[in-house]
Amino acid sequence: MHIGAADLAELIALCRSEIDRNCAHLSDLDSAIGDGDHGANMRRGLEAVFAEREAIAALALPDALERIGTILVMNIGGAAGPLYGTLAMELGRAMSERGGAPDFAASLERAIAAVARRGRSGPGDKTLLDVLYPVQVEVLRRSAPARVAECAQSAAQSTQAMQARRGRAAYLGARSIGHEDPGASSCALLTATICRYLREHDAP
Amino acid sequence: MTARIADSPRAGNVGIVIVSHSPLVARGAADMVRQMVGDCVPLAWTGGNVEGGLGTHVAGIKSAIEAAWSEAGVAVFVDLGGAETNSEAAVEMLGPARAGKVSICNAPLVEGAVIAAAEASGGSPLAKVVATAEELSP
Ligand SMILES: [Mg+2]
Repeated sequence: MHIGAADLAELIALCRSEIDRNCAHLSDLDSAIGDGDHGANMRRGLEAVFAEREAIAALALPDALERIGTILVMNIGGAAGPLYGTLAMELGRAMSERGGAPDFAASLERAIAAVARRGRSGPGDKTLLDVLYPVQVEVLRRSAPARVAECAQSAAQSTQAMQARRGRAAYLGARSIGHEDPGASSCALLTATICRYLREHDAP
Repeated sequence: MTARIADSPRAGNVGIVIVSHSPLVARGAADMVRQMVGDCVPLAWTGGNVEGGLGTHVAGIKSAIEAAWSEAGVAVFVDLGGAETNSEAAVEMLGPARAGKVSICNAPLVEGAVIAAAEASGGSPLAKVVATAEELSP
């Protein structure tokens, strides 16, 4: 679907309220294997984007994504800031070079690769990449939004069985097993929120 | 929270930046550096998230690097993961010309910063300052 200014402003508002609603849950997940600030950090980032939503929504989608990425980098704090920031910025850059929707899958692939470089992480490290990679596969298959959302949520749950190899959770070694990764969890929440909106407003 | 500790009368020396999740740790480490080298090395520290709690943030790190700026380069010392990732993002935001003169060191925060500052105070180039600090990491 074509994402217009009104869609973008609404998507920002929805993502912000989803993170706000799950703030304590994300921080609890982070407390179990990290420093317990993921919920507050994500909320700070989304609040900052929300505060600028009118100006962002007036931009073309690639420029809007770049702007969102910059705001996230500057406001989330913690390792999640540069990771989510890189995802949005690189997605925007790739889309502006490739010219939009037909190449969304390729743009997403490039953005996810940039996140992996930034975090020096790969599949199975128990990070948000363990949600992003399976989501990318579904996007490449042109799966329906509902299917992409389901995939994101089950991918986040499957980080429970993983042993962390990056971030503070890695210090726990095998004790990190049995807990869902907070970054993977926030990534699934945001993915599902965006997919729900796409399903309700377009349903390809 | 970010602070510039010393103006350098010898601007040719490599600058030192300390990034910790804790403002108290960052400031304490900077105090130890200053005790070692006085004011002959540009020095700045930053610690805490935007709200003053434990954490790091890109804008604070970027300001600290700018505060300790030296044309000879800047060596950055970080504590835990987020400090490193956010420092990398801050360095990128300086633009390619300046980013090329900043190194994020793989060294312990306190010992690394002190030994790097000692090396920098003798006028060593950035590569030598970084290598000396990184010798501390096995
Ligand atoms: Mg955390």
